[in-house]
Amino acid sequence: MPGPGHPMRGPKPKIENPGKLFRRLMGYVLRSYTPHVIIVVICIFVGVLANIQGTLFMQTLIDEYITPLLGAQNPDFSGLTQAIFRVACFYAIGVVSTYLYNRIMIVVSQGTMRNIRNDMFNKMEALPIKYFDTHPHGDIMSRYTNDIDTLRQMISQSMPQCFNSAITIVSVLISMVILSVPLTITTLIMVTLMLVVTKKATSLSGRYFMAQQKSIGAVNGYIEEMMEGQKVVKVFCHEEESIKRFNELNEELFDSAYNANQFGNMLGPINAQLGNLSYVVCAIVGGILAIGNIGGLTVGALASFLSFNKSFNMPINQVSQQFNSVVMALAGADRIFKMLDEEPEADNGYVTLVNAEEINGELKETTRHTGVWAWRHYHKDSDTTTYQRLEGGVVFDDVDFGYTDDKIVLHNIKMFAEPGQKIAFVGSTGAGKTTITNLINRFYDIQDGKIRYDKINVNKIKKADLRRSLGIVLQDTHLFTATVMENIRYGKLDATDGEVIAAAKLANAHEFIERLPEGYNTLLTGDGANLSQGQRQLLAIARAAIADPPALILDEATSSIDTRTEKIVQDGMDKLMSGRTTFVIAHRLSTVRNSDCIMVLEQGRIIERGTHEELIEAKGKYYQLYTGNTI
Amino acid sequence: MIKVLGAQIKEFKRDSVLTPVFMILEVIMEMVIPLLMASIIDDGVYAGNLNHIYKIGGLMIVIALVGLWAGLMGAKYGAKASTGFARNLRKAMFENIQTYSFSNIDKFSTSSLITRLTTDVTNIQNAYQMVLRMAMRAPASMIIAMVMAFSIHARLASIYLIAVLFLTVCIACILPKASKYFRQVFEKYDDLNASVQENVSAIRVVKAYVREDYERDKFAKANQNIYDMFLRAEKLVVINMPLMQATVYVCILVISWLGAKTIVAGGLTTGEMMSLLAYCMNILMSLMMVSMVFVMLSMSYASAKRIAEVLTEQTDLQNPDAPVTTVKDGSVVFQDVTFAYHKDGKAVLKDINLNIQSGETIGIIGGTGSAKSSLVNLISRLYDVTSGELLVGGLDVRKYDMEVLRNEVAVVLQKNVLFSGTILENLRWGNQEASEEECKRACQLACADEFIQKMPDKYHTFIEQGGTNVSGGQKQRLCIARALLKKPKILILDDSTSAVDTATDAKIRKAFAEEIPDTTKFIIAQRVSSVQHADRIIVMDNGEVMAFDTHEALLETSPIYREVYESQTGGNADFDQNGGDN
Repeated sequence: MPGPGHPMRGPKPKIENPGKLFRRLMGYVLRSYTPHVIIVVICIFVGVLANIQGTLFMQTLIDEYITPLLGAQNPDFSGLTQAIFRVACFYAIGVVSTYLYNRIMIVVSQGTMRNIRNDMFNKMEALPIKYFDTHPHGDIMSRYTNDIDTLRQMISQSMPQCFNSAITIVSVLISMVILSVPLTITTLIMVTLMLVVTKKATSLSGRYFMAQQKSIGAVNGYIEEMMEGQKVVKVFCHEEESIKRFNELNEELFDSAYNANQFGNMLGPINAQLGNLSYVVCAIVGGILAIGNIGGLTVGALASFLSFNKSFNMPINQVSQQFNSVVMALAGADRIFKMLDEEPEADNGYVTLVNAEEINGELKETTRHTGVWAWRHYHKDSDTTTYQRLEGGVVFDDVDFGYTDDKIVLHNIKMFAEPGQKIAFVGSTGAGKTTITNLINRFYDIQDGKIRYDKINVNKIKKADLRRSLGIVLQDTHLFTATVMENIRYGKLDATDGEVIAAAKLANAHEFIERLPEGYNTLLTGDGANLSQGQRQLLAIARAAIADPPALILDEATSSIDTRTEKIVQDGMDKLMSGRTTFVIAHRLSTVRNSDCIMVLEQGRIIERGTHEELIEAKGKYYQLYTGNTI
Repeated sequence: MIKVLGAQIKEFKRDSVLTPVFMILEVIMEMVIPLLMASIIDDGVYAGNLNHIYKIGGLMIVIALVGLWAGLMGAKYGAKASTGFARNLRKAMFENIQTYSFSNIDKFSTSSLITRLTTDVTNIQNAYQMVLRMAMRAPASMIIAMVMAFSIHARLASIYLIAVLFLTVCIACILPKASKYFRQVFEKYDDLNASVQENVSAIRVVKAYVREDYERDKFAKANQNIYDMFLRAEKLVVINMPLMQATVYVCILVISWLGAKTIVAGGLTTGEMMSLLAYCMNILMSLMMVSMVFVMLSMSYASAKRIAEVLTEQTDLQNPDAPVTTVKDGSVVFQDVTFAYHKDGKAVLKDINLNIQSGETIGIIGGTGSAKSSLVNLISRLYDVTSGELLVGGLDVRKYDMEVLRNEVAVVLQKNVLFSGTILENLRWGNQEASEEECKRACQLACADEFIQKMPDKYHTFIEQGGTNVSGGQKQRLCIARALLKKPKILILDDSTSAVDTATDAKIRKAFAEEIPDTTKFIIAQRVSSVQHADRIIVMDNGEVMAFDTHEALLETSPIYREVYESQTGGNADFDQNGGDN
């Protein structure tokens, strides 16, 4: 060990409370698989006992059926036959239980993996947008890939093996004690030596292992960066420099990987030979005892003991080898549980959206799909339920917002959009346009002020219903791995093919879809990688169109559609927007100009508002942006 | 394929040979030990000869030490050979990738190149180490143990032969089927992770459409499917363990039964029987090892193939034999140029004929997919024309030394990248020797100096990987400055100011016109305002040049241009969604 105060650590990632974590993980397994685990434990136990029975049989074989018969004229083997038959039965039970426990273990481990994956995914879908803002996507992904994989290793291999080893160690130890106490002590001394050496070796290899991980990180990072920028490298003829730096990193990696592997490999032969040494020492000590007939050690007992010596070393080696993988898996489990422990998106809303029909001028709830929607508002104090037609009016009343409490990015936002109006936001990047729209559907919650939707405070509306009533086409288009048809249908799951095609026609996406190799059944993969940016935006518009919401948010929905195509889309967009409350963020004049009200944002404040004509008249910021003249 | 990879072993040939040699030595030592154990029991314990026990025990320790030495050496050389091999593979791949042309890169895709350089190499490293350490050791161990067993008692030992045959047949039946199942399930597993990835990045869409439950159902179904497939695969593998155990047990029983009789009949000693039983484990364990090596090899086969593909890929752009190393001027002539990305693919550029004078500013405008980028990418020979000729400075681009050509023709790519390092280091990609003063000058031209001056460490500010700590518009301006430092004769801006506000855009254009008047400039843009002041404007549509003239003339003659112009103007401007981002 190095000097005091500087304990060397192996390759173990730090975990705060491994015991608690382990218990939690076990609890997780047991929650669904308690009977399975009990059977597994029994099977392992039976298997180990059968195996030990076999080893003990060696003694019986030699002492009772071989030694006494040596030199006999007519040896009687009937006892031997019986004994062999008995052992065969034990063995058969052993084999069956080995099979059973392995077979059940797959169900337990794979089932647990499935449950954890499901829980993780279910949780993930419930997490607020903020979580995704603050956690790198690669990190989230690695919980599904790396962490789950190490966990699978642990549950399916390490845990049963450790348990198996533990039972073996205990029962072999007991058998050894029965056979000979002095020899047992000898064996234990050798095992202690083995453990000390193992510890030394792991801490040594651990140091190199850490260095190796660091170099791997450096090399992989460099590879990623250079491959991403490979075309830039070509354009700047920077190949030689990039090779030079790569070679340096690669050389470092070789160095640390070589050492890590070398020391990692050494543990095996060292322990194997220490095992042999233990065998020799026991043989010598046992030989002395047997020949001197000290402690009643028979030759058969010595033979049995020597094979126990071997089967004692093996599980100890196994456990020490499993140790690292258990620690790694616990670190993975820690990250997984952290995600499962995240607070889900809060939703205290109780106003819900229901189908309604108007009877005698009064709104009534119905289960039929009527095309008329109403807010179902339950009043606790008077125990009454009122209905209010969904119209799509939005009011911001002195709203302040910041992604974190200490940094407010939107200040005193006041605005109102009457049902059916078109409101446009203009301003530079970072002015807060997208942020405002993200507040309407409560992707984020505001710090101060009130947002009302159809005169209802949005906090009172159930989030799912609020979002269902708002269509949104986002700045970054995202499509799913599915057919074009299914991607559009995402907006309304029960839409017929006809409705999908109608929506596509509205967004002017129909034509290009028809030209795709398999039309509407063309499979999109990798976020629609086989489509152009403009085509992807058209699909996103169609997806919003089919949802047919009373209010619509278009966040740079046409930014990647070239001007000529946009003109074509514009008709569809106009059709889509008519009769709906629409919030438009755009930098193109044509999209903004005919809005009922244009808000000019700067640094989180609305600095100008009014119709196009009014704002031009005012000769303020809008006028500047509009004419391209800086004053 | 093995040849291609094997060629990269290079200086580690010695280690690669020594590893199995030491491993076999270790095995031999390991095999001698049961013999000595037998001797201890027979001639020592039974004969009551303590001296013999000391003697053989001592010998055993010596043998164990030799075994230890061999084992440690095997560990060392094995580690060296495999990690060294991995190093050489990475190096060779990386160096070969640096010679790739754009179309080579397109063929592989960035993410697949990264996987090949990282995960695949690691797989091969592990497989190689396994092969060196186990592929010889396991069969050797099996053969030696078998020979030893036969030398003790041939008739009894023949049971092992039967056992080996039996297990081999069983494994041969199980493994290929199981590994096929595993391959299938891992493919599905990748799909599942891809769909998680999709959900992570599209979480806003999911939430906006309230599709959380829909996604959950979808995921649960796929997840259940994977569970079923894993079960199917592992059900097969799980037979291995008890099968092996059963075989061992049967062997033990048979040997005990027959052995006991033989001993009593005087044909065998007790110690010898013990040795026979010890060899039983050795033989069957080695067999398992061999099967594991096979599994490992078959699993790394795909990786090996992917690596070999990278190594054997030849760049499709070659430097000419006697390359011209000076570019006379910045004139560009397209003569009947057609271009397709793939040999037999659809032509994306058709019959292009253009004649551009040195020092002209050329605007290029057209819809998405009209092949604007493809057109300019030909000028610095990022791709070769399929037919026709492209002259730069009066000479076919294929006659120039590529490095010279690319230094004279600077391209600011549409999808541009900054690298981790300071701003200065990034700028000096354009010119290694550029002084800080020159860098500053280029940044002033590209209107980048203003925001750099506001940064905490100015020109020494560290840019994160992928340039995540600068905004889109700032990144574009830095990329332009980087290209300017080359002092090129031709400068190509491929939609490089899309995130820069109109006013700054105009300032940059003005600086270009005044400060580098002799440089031929190509400006691709969506905005008419970015190109309308160019000397001439190319209007592209669907891979063809529809018109090539001045702004005023185009308004008269080109309906497409007029349409674009009118749709974007009213007061001739649009709102900069990314303006003022400094």
